[in-house]
Amino acid sequence: MPRESATKAGRSRETGPLASIEIADLARSFPTASGAPLIALDGVEFAVPDRQVVAVLGPNGCGKSTLLRVIGGLLRPDSGSVAVDGTLVNGPDPRTGFVFQEPRLLPWRDAAANVALPLELAGRPAEERRSRARALLELVGLADFAGARPHQLSGGMRQRVAIARALALEPTVLLLDEPFSALDALTRERFGVELLRIWAETRTTIVLVTHSIAEAIFLADRVLVLSPRPGRVVADVNVDLPRPRRLAMLDTAVVSSTAASIRAVLAGATDEPAPDQIWGLQPAGSAPGARDPLEGVGVAAWFDPFGREGMA
Amino acid sequence: MNLSAPTGAAPGHAERGHAARRRLDLVPVLLGAGLFIGAWQAAVWIGGYEPYILPGPLEVARRFVRAWSDGTIAPHAATTLVEILLGFGVGASLAVPVGVLLARSRFAARLLSPYIVAAQATPILALAPLIALWFGTGLPSKVVICALIVFFPIAVATMVGLRSVDARLVEMARAFRADRAQTIREVEIPAALPVILGGMRVGATLAVIGAIVGEWAGGGSGLGVLINLARGSLFDTPLLFATLATIALLGVGLYLIVVLIERRLVGVRG
Repeated sequence: MPRESATKAGRSRETGPLASIEIADLARSFPTASGAPLIALDGVEFAVPDRQVVAVLGPNGCGKSTLLRVIGGLLRPDSGSVAVDGTLVNGPDPRTGFVFQEPRLLPWRDAAANVALPLELAGRPAEERRSRARALLELVGLADFAGARPHQLSGGMRQRVAIARALALEPTVLLLDEPFSALDALTRERFGVELLRIWAETRTTIVLVTHSIAEAIFLADRVLVLSPRPGRVVADVNVDLPRPRRLAMLDTAVVSSTAASIRAVLAGATDEPAPDQIWGLQPAGSAPGARDPLEGVGVAAWFDPFGREGMA
Repeated sequence: MNLSAPTGAAPGHAERGHAARRRLDLVPVLLGAGLFIGAWQAAVWIGGYEPYILPGPLEVARRFVRAWSDGTIAPHAATTLVEILLGFGVGASLAVPVGVLLARSRFAARLLSPYIVAAQATPILALAPLIALWFGTGLPSKVVICALIVFFPIAVATMVGLRSVDARLVEMARAFRADRAQTIREVEIPAALPVILGGMRVGATLAVIGAIVGEWAGGGSGLGVLINLARGSLFDTPLLFATLATIALLGVGLYLIVVLIERRLVGVRG
């Protein structure tokens, strides 16, 4: 997809020249069998400064993944616009790298060849592909597994390969769609620390979708809370934790007050009236028996004490 | 059909286990052969048939060895093998792109499917004389018949295989800016390969039938011709059986080649 370099729309004066992502009045709906379209996103508007880590938080079905796909150019918005580095996103874009919920590696390719896939598709020469794949695997700590097939790797290792692949075209923005959801709790928290290390080395802007408050606070500079259908930003919470982040910081007052304010917003955004029921929060309109939308809602649920000993 | 690749920890041990499993795999194969030959011999003894009706396994084996060593079968087998390989090659290389087209385009599927199915449902035996009329009694008519009979299972397998490719992988390819041709080449065909090769397994055995049918519709050489000679002018039933055995072995051999290719290409996915 060619960049529409002529179109400078979305670069607003308020956000300044450092804005990496600018989203203006975004709406997206999907047709349904019943005829009434499902409005996934409506009036979403925010900007992300360069090199910021933003977590998009919300219950299942609030359009988090849709939002991420629109930013990545995988879905077209019905209205509104997304600009990355000042130019409009118009289809899949080399400036954004996508990490899906599952690793989505090609099982017939080894780790290095999976990482090199975007370079291959872009027609880069073999020598560049080789050296870049090697460097990226080193970055994600898998230098010794270049020749391993996906089925020979653990879930966490596969997701690291997926991150390396997303970084192959040197994107300025990394989009992560619940990248931890397929991992077990212990792998999960190590992976969070690992992701921040990779971020510190590559200095990309990160937009991360999650439904864990603890995960969002630990990783992000800023947490955007989306309401259930139609999804819109109902809160924009700054996380005042210094970097580099340490797992021990999760015990600080800043974290609990941030988490409390996010929970308050989430409670207000749903039909659940009683604050003491927030721990079992269900999104409005979700079918009974649906998966717990805020799995790992509490800090303790996510950060296992055993893991914390080792990491801090 | 998946070879479970040893996962690093103790490769030596895993490979030894593998070899042992291979040897065990041979047991049912040998058992089956023993039962088949035993039943055959029993039928000859109990029925008391003349050798020109039903020769015993030993007599057929003797005739088989003799016909191969005195050069009775070899040239015919070579003719048939060439027909099969060419026919399979032509049929498969047409069937895969058509399968891709059927999977990708609803319009093409609606347009072509009825004719593809009808062509397959029409007995090849009935079409063979017509094809011999159009293409002569030489190699081309056999290649056409083989290609025709091989086409359907491979095209259908390609279509089904492509339709069942994990949409998440396709979305991944799109996210990394693969165009349509790249997506098909790098993601969809490799992902559908186990199913496509399944169609090729069926195709490999059908190609043998196609070649024999083609030879019956007219021709001077080939295993089908040899069957007619052995049954008619030579009245050599053991040779007929030896020829049948050759045809069967040819089919099994081709099938095994496809299986081996499959193991090489697909077996490492785990």
